[in-house]
Amino acid sequence: MTSKTVLAIDDSRTIRSLVSQTLVDAGFDVTTAVDGEDGVSTFQGTRFDAVITDINMPKLDGFGVIAAIRGGAANRKVPILVLTTENSPEFKDKARDLGATGWIVKPFEDRQLVDILKLVTGADNA
Amino acid sequence: MSNDTLRETFFAECEELIESLTEGLDIVASGDWDKETINAIFRAVHSIKGAAGAFGYNDLVTFTHAYETVLDLIRSDKLEISAEILRLITRSSDALAELVDTTRQEGSASLEPLADLIAELESVASAAKAESPPEPEFTFAPLAVMQIDPIELDKPAGPSGFTIRFKPHASFYLNGHEPRRYFTALEPLGELEIDCDATAVPTLDAFDFDAAYLSWTLTLTGETDEDSIRTVFSFAMGLCDLDITPLEAEDDSDAGIPDFIASTGIGLGEPEVEPVVLPVTAAKPEPAPVAAKAEPEAEKTNAPKAAKSSGNPVATTLRVDPDRVDRLINSVGELIINHAVISQKLESCGLGNDSEIMAALDDYRYLAREIQEGVMSIRAQPVKALFQRMGRVVREAGEATKKPVNFISEGEGTEIDKTILERLADPLTHMLRNSVDHGLESAEKRIAAGKPEVGIVRLSAAHRSGHVVIEVSDDGAGLNRERILAKAMEKGLVPPDAKLSEAEIDNLLFAPGFSTAESITNLSGRGVGMDVVKTTITSLGGKVGITSVPGKGSTFTISLPLTLAVLDGMIIGVGEETMVLPLSSVVETVRPSRRDIHEIGPGECVLSVRGSYVPVVDLAHLFGMRTAKTRPADRSYVLLDAGGSNIAVAVDAIQDQRQVVIKSLEGNYGTVTGIAAATILGDGKIALIIDSEALVGLVSPRRNTRALIELEA
Amino acid sequence: MSEEETQDRGNTIEFVSLSAGGQGFCVEITSIREIRRWSQVTALPFSEDSVLGVMNLRGAVIPIIDLASRLGLGTTEIGSRNIVVVVAIGKRIMGLLVDSVSEILSVESETIRPNPTLRRDGGTSHVTGLLPVDDIMLRVLDLDALFANEAEEAA
Repeated sequence: MTSKTVLAIDDSRTIRSLVSQTLVDAGFDVTTAVDGEDGVSTFQGTRFDAVITDINMPKLDGFGVIAAIRGGAANRKVPILVLTTENSPEFKDKARDLGATGWIVKPFEDRQLVDILKLVTGADNA
Repeated sequence: MSNDTLRETFFAECEELIESLTEGLDIVASGDWDKETINAIFRAVHSIKGAAGAFGYNDLVTFTHAYETVLDLIRSDKLEISAEILRLITRSSDALAELVDTTRQEGSASLEPLADLIAELESVASAAKAESPPEPEFTFAPLAVMQIDPIELDKPAGPSGFTIRFKPHASFYLNGHEPRRYFTALEPLGELEIDCDATAVPTLDAFDFDAAYLSWTLTLTGETDEDSIRTVFSFAMGLCDLDITPLEAEDDSDAGIPDFIASTGIGLGEPEVEPVVLPVTAAKPEPAPVAAKAEPEAEKTNAPKAAKSSGNPVATTLRVDPDRVDRLINSVGELIINHAVISQKLESCGLGNDSEIMAALDDYRYLAREIQEGVMSIRAQPVKALFQRMGRVVREAGEATKKPVNFISEGEGTEIDKTILERLADPLTHMLRNSVDHGLESAEKRIAAGKPEVGIVRLSAAHRSGHVVIEVSDDGAGLNRERILAKAMEKGLVPPDAKLSEAEIDNLLFAPGFSTAESITNLSGRGVGMDVVKTTITSLGGKVGITSVPGKGSTFTISLPLTLAVLDGMIIGVGEETMVLPLSSVVETVRPSRRDIHEIGPGECVLSVRGSYVPVVDLAHLFGMRTAKTRPADRSYVLLDAGGSNIAVAVDAIQDQRQVVIKSLEGNYGTVTGIAAATILGDGKIALIIDSEALVGLVSPRRNTRALIELEA
Repeated sequence: MSEEETQDRGNTIEFVSLSAGGQGFCVEITSIREIRRWSQVTALPFSEDSVLGVMNLRGAVIPIIDLASRLGLGTTEIGSRNIVVVVAIGKRIMGLLVDSVSEILSVESETIRPNPTLRRDGGTSHVTGLLPVDDIMLRVLDLDALFANEAEEAA
């Protein structure tokens, strides 16, 4: 079985490293993007099995990313997970209304992230 | 990537974020800011908070949270940036920088010293919140539980099974969910029976791609509990109807189809899990036009933002192991030496400068230099981050001394070797504190002197003829030479009847053990003086000097090499050997007349230079080398500034001044007293580089600085 | 020397035999980097008598040590016939001035006799064993022990 591909969008290098390390260890292929714009343009070029995005980012924020992906043509129904420190219901509702699949609050547990990714991508539950 | 590497990544990123934070605050302070400036400031703090949490740096999270809350209020126009607020967020930025530093060095930090600041941030935040209209966010209901707990597959036993009725809404699919995956996730909980109800699926001409027509009844038998099932569905909360009933209870309920399914109409066969995979007919607009419509829209939203955000470009950088760069620098050094060797050999073959091969060799030299410059520039970094840190130092010093001070930095883009940059922080900190503490007058005195109340401390950097020149200046009262001289005499640094030039008095500041502070203040009285500053600068191959105008202020000038890999050297002959004196410590070369040299004991001489007696170090004698020239007057003398005191080095020949590549002796051998390092000359031979400061102690341990400024009687 | 891979199979050890101060020694081949002719060195001040100076080895500054002098066997008379054996001791590279280098020996470890003069006070000798080859006896040199002091200093 080929690895599931994940696009991780975060303006923090540290978080990008953390996420990719965790997911690569779990057998995912991870591509990272440094801001929303970069994320959306990366998304348009490749087929991903899931997208993880931060909310507070320069150029285009996470809401913009969700809206752009859901409003686009290719692979618009990809699972999109929001990974952020924001925890307010207002934010969550907004993200969900725009089409976010799930919400993960930083700091995250490695296993939690992997489990969720496996769930939404349908990767092996092993 | 190890955890430590990640941690390094984190702190390196923090440094950059604090840099952009400081930058943003500077722009705000200048008044010329817009919304994106505030956004960038907020994001910097927010990013630190987010990543700090990942490493469990809770103090950092607590502080950044309080800070971020205030910034968020500014961002959402609920708080205006008054002078007071600007001060608060600037102070917080300084505190954050320090907190990050401490956390990096000590693994944790205490919030105790920041308690007041946090309280202030919190009270500002709650005041601003109270003023703005009540937050609607808490009225949203029901709470969509999208926050995920780890999916636990081994929950304790419960009833022997459940019936799960599951009807996804259209939004379930639109948000990227797929029912099948939920079933997969349920499988480990027990035996799963899936019954799909596709009765609601309309005929194709009525089919809405974005609508949801299917529902499922799942029977899960096994030792599990409702919570485990809900956890599996936690993602889909609010996006589906979910009804979970224990199997026992099932008998009591209406055995038929639950309401939400019952209402859906006639059955159709095939359980089609994903609406998207249904064959597309012409009945509905095809995805293609949708795409054509959606894409320009996406571009439209992106493009103007891209143009707007040009002020905050993402620098593309390459992260390289410093060792690799060092190896490269070393190899390039070899290349240059190699050029010199070839050139020398060719010349000794009698090939003139106009020969073709010499011309080609010139190209070689040119290319080698170009590569050297390129490689050196890899290690070079702008002084900006350091200067920003120094800005904090000045502000803190201003607060501590209650002197209003304005910090101005210039030439932040000037690049300098990373290693030098790192080692500059301490001396600059000391100098800047000194400038505020001793240089600037109190506000009252300034006003009395007809000066603006707010003092100015300026830090500038510039490239000047192959060097980096850093200046620290203040617009204070200038050096009090009378007091300096009195202090030096009192401390025995100069004889009571000494007559020194202004420059000589100024330079007493750098003499070991000298401190101008009349009372030891918290700020600069930390047991280190300007002598330590000077030692550090000298060890970096640099020089430091001072100029001062009474009533107008003082300027310290530091001149540094661009890199530590090469050194400006004076090539000298000592006996049969060739050696190198660091040009940074050379004051002047002297050809004294016979009567300027006074023997004062066997092998001991002093040289009189403009009225001062300077001890003579005979390098050949010191290093045990044979020399043909034994008469002192036959030799050349180089006056060296050896850490606050002058010595005259007797040499057999002064050959040349040039840059040499520094080669450590320590790697393969060890340290050698009086020798700083080695270099390789054009002929491939090794020349030792002399450690000027070490010479003082070597020659005559009895001599101290006191004896060195003796005046002619 | 790298062409002949060290064969540790069956406890075979390869040594290079050399002579210094009129005596026969051997050094394990694994610590030898290269063998060069003597060339002029730059003297180091304040150094031990056995330290002849430093030499430029393709851009690295390496110390050259008179092995005989280091072993207390008098000083080697320096001439162009002398040989410098470049060795790696820990992370350091240094050159040993010797009279001559003769051959590479492949010996079974059992043929190495213990040095009967080994000290019992816990101190280490730099001659760890004796190796009879034909009619002569070679002293097995432990370079690490011989330069233990410098190793600490340079570390």
